[in-house]
Amino acid sequence: MKYEPVIGLEVHVELNTKSKMFCRCFADYFSKEPNTHTCPICLGLPGALPYTNKEAITKCIQIGLALNCKIVDLSRFERKNYFYPDLPKGYQISQYRWPLCVEGWLEVEDKEGNVSKIRINRVHQEEDTGKLTHSDGQTLIDFNRSGVPLVEIVTEPDFTDPSQVKDYAKKLQQIFRYLSVSNADMEKGDMRLEANVSVRPVGQKELPNYRVELKNINSFRFMTAAIEYEIKRQIEALEKGEKLTQETRGWNEDKRETYLQRSKEEAHDYRYFPEPDLPELKMKSEEERVKEEMVELPQAKMQRFVSEYGISKQNAQVLVELKEVGYYFEKAVKLGEAQQIKPQELANYIVNQKITLASQDQVLRAVEFIAAKRVGIIEDEAVIKKIVLEVIKKNPKSVEDYKRGKLNALQALIGGVMRKTQGKVNVEKVMVVLEKKLKSGDTP
Amino acid sequence: MKLNPQQVQKVAKLANIPVSEEEVEKYSDQLSKILDYIDQLNSVDTAGVEPTFNITGLSNVLRDDEVGESLSQEEALKNTSQKKEGFFVTKGVFEEG
Repeated sequence: MKYEPVIGLEVHVELNTKSKMFCRCFADYFSKEPNTHTCPICLGLPGALPYTNKEAITKCIQIGLALNCKIVDLSRFERKNYFYPDLPKGYQISQYRWPLCVEGWLEVEDKEGNVSKIRINRVHQEEDTGKLTHSDGQTLIDFNRSGVPLVEIVTEPDFTDPSQVKDYAKKLQQIFRYLSVSNADMEKGDMRLEANVSVRPVGQKELPNYRVELKNINSFRFMTAAIEYEIKRQIEALEKGEKLTQETRGWNEDKRETYLQRSKEEAHDYRYFPEPDLPELKMKSEEERVKEEMVELPQAKMQRFVSEYGISKQNAQVLVELKEVGYYFEKAVKLGEAQQIKPQELANYIVNQKITLASQDQVLRAVEFIAAKRVGIIEDEAVIKKIVLEVIKKNPKSVEDYKRGKLNALQALIGGVMRKTQGKVNVEKVMVVLEKKLKSGDTP
Repeated sequence: MKLNPQQVQKVAKLANIPVSEEEVEKYSDQLSKILDYIDQLNSVDTAGVEPTFNITGLSNVLRDDEVGESLSQEEALKNTSQKKEGFFVTKGVFEEG
């Protein structure tokens, strides 16, 4: 019999708000002294009342919109009840029946380049738990992380191949970073993946009657390896006539296999109920406001680069991978215009040289490199000084701006020099001379 | 409504409270009485009545993302019997996430 995998993904992402989800404690807990960012609310002391962080809700909605979700008319928080030492209240404030965003989708690519749509069931808001450290048979608790805003994104079980999962996770990470809602660093735990994996005979419509949850896996690579292993293990077990059951498994990288963490003999009983201390949320009316504040997302930017600059799809894809690269590419295009450098030339150069364009310097160098391929570059410093002074004289406003700390002003002045020389000048030298002149106050 | 011993065990487990055999017997009786008392509410006809989740009638009560003061580490740990190097300490639990 032939089997096919059925995979669903749950992703948690920690938001980078200044304060926590329901209190004003500082939310950045990374490498801080333990238990120095706590208060009665995030310690779960009696009588403390939660107060919702607006920015976190906005960011949750941004994520929802980026994943093509609907923003619901009415949303509520609920209490998810369970006992664990990292949860001081005895419940986590989460969302269950009334999540903020529902019914979205994201397109993913498998390793062969086939595109498929993964349905997003929900994007909801919750809070993180404290951090546990286990040593010498004891457990140490740090509540600095307790109450940090967390968004959970749950897909339908639509993945059929591990390579799709990897693409999905990478796209999510890219979206989080574009939106600046999280650093989404897997190793630091900003972004956490959980996969539900099962297999069924090809042709079967119903979902399998079990699923294996893969948890606590903190890299894309390990997650892909764990899913691949699990599919193989499960098919082998079924072929041997074994019955598979609900369980949680982790990944052992040394042995390169999954291992049983917990078998779910009894289902969890979280006894969710609406959080009586928090009024309901009606955020539908905020949708337009949030949309307006959102940056252009990678997919849209990629398509725009192709249509606006006439560059290839492959190049565009590389250029939008990091938000900064796309940003500087456009700056380089603008600078290059003065010298008739085509966007395609810049794109090729950046992609081929694997330039990450992390700085203004690199942008200028890229433009300069292409320009330098043309003849007659001015290298003589005395000549450059003369041109620089002329440009400074003609642009008192830019000089003023520069003195007031506007970094764009420098670029405008460089642009002036470039135009004057038709781009045939050593930009690095221009920068040095310009900055020296401006800093010395040696200006008209 | 009568709670059987298994149900009492389950409730005790969910509440993270250890109970002895005798206690199961005792609580089974007591909890059943409480349930019967609460059950009186079922005599009211609530067909067509919207459930009340929140009595304030408010919505979108949100605060700006501003950092306020936190407790000091000393204050945070003041009421715990077990602490170590700035951490709360509890007996070992397995990481189950």
